[in-house]
Amino acid sequence: MRLSRFVNMRLITHNMLTSHVKGVKNGYPLLITAKDVKEQEVDFNPDFVSKMITRIEWPALTKAMEMVGKTDLLPTEVPKDYETDNDFLKKAHHALMEIEIISGCLSCPETGREFPITNGIPNMLLNEDEV
Amino acid sequence: MSKNRPESRAPPDIFYDQKEAEKYTSNSRMIEIQTEMSERAIELLNLPKDTSCMLLDVGCGSGLSGECLSDQGHVWIGLDISSAMLDVARDREVDGDVLLSDAGQGICFRPGSFDGVISISALQWLCNADKKTHNPIKRLYKFFSTLYSAMRHGSRAVFQLYPESPQQLELITTQAIRSGFGGGVVVDFPNSTKAKKIFLCLFCGVQSPTLPKGLGTEEEMTKNRQIKYVKERDQRTFGKRNKSIKSRDWIIEKKERRKRQGKSVCMTTKYTGRKRKPHF
Repeated sequence: MRLSRFVNMRLITHNMLTSHVKGVKNGYPLLITAKDVKEQEVDFNPDFVSKMITRIEWPALTKAMEMVGKTDLLPTEVPKDYETDNDFLKKAHHALMEIEIISGCLSCPETGREFPITNGIPNMLLNEDEV
Repeated sequence: MSKNRPESRAPPDIFYDQKEAEKYTSNSRMIEIQTEMSERAIELLNLPKDTSCMLLDVGCGSGLSGECLSDQGHVWIGLDISSAMLDVARDREVDGDVLLSDAGQGICFRPGSFDGVISISALQWLCNADKKTHNPIKRLYKFFSTLYSAMRHGSRAVFQLYPESPQQLELITTQAIRSGFGGGVVVDFPNSTKAKKIFLCLFCGVQSPTLPKGLGTEEEMTKNRQIKYVKERDQRTFGKRNKSIKSRDWIIEKKERRKRQGKSVCMTTKYTGRKRKPHF
């Protein structure tokens, strides 16, 4: 069963987003200034989460959790046997899939360029001189 | 070509306003076509079975294609340039995350993020120069090169598109190949004007890939069609040159023709073209 949800930016999306302003060398991770954060339950899929762990930047995720005001929920490092660690996977699932940002803004760590989030949709459009 | 193409009317962020966006929720024919094309695109992606994958939907619009992805258990992120379309996606409660972004400005994702990319009826928009600073070739190159890095090694990107001319299609494929992609164009139902669908099937980091076959093409049809032996000479000698209209042969031939055009055709059985009993 799928639960219907409103489209809001999840932290899994944040973990993949980078800043693409012209001339930026290291536009990752984007800083979050969250005004409105919501938690929404999503079905737990352990296979998907353990698959995603390998391609997620864990430090960026823990930092993102701090920036949305959820501290001490995640371990600082990924345990070695994370595939069988159901407790850890559930925590990671909660962080990645269930925490959503409704409004606020993302900002580029290098240039400080702000990308506003309204109604849960980040606006990544650039001005002509930034392409 | 015709002025009826939406691409020649207005830039995408203006053309897809609220009124146009609402069509994608109310017009059942539009929904059906979009869903059909999305399903075919997903089939061409050739994802591993029974695993959830992380996918990107370029030009996701109101999230019709995304719904097909969710139905198959995948997680997706969509991007679109029209905020009105994204608002519709939000109202429809689609499962993926959506971003407001211009594909021609580059894909803003970390390298190796996606297991696959689909895009339905969106790529041809990049060939337009809607602003003074737009250069279609540069925008296409920027899009493809950033997309290439955002995809995982060995994954595929499938774009369904409506090119205005063969030159436009060539422009797109040239930029894709220049960015490092392999692959090419798959055409479904090339014999039909209506059912004909063009898919650009790109491979990321695979040496000499084999392209999937399009539906309703000669190659696919020859598999279940053998060369027919026609007794033309006999017919001529017996003076039966004009075949009677709507004979069994004629019906079967017509069915074949319609099948090639991608239309739905009834099964051929022993009852096909059989004469009915005379009734009072």
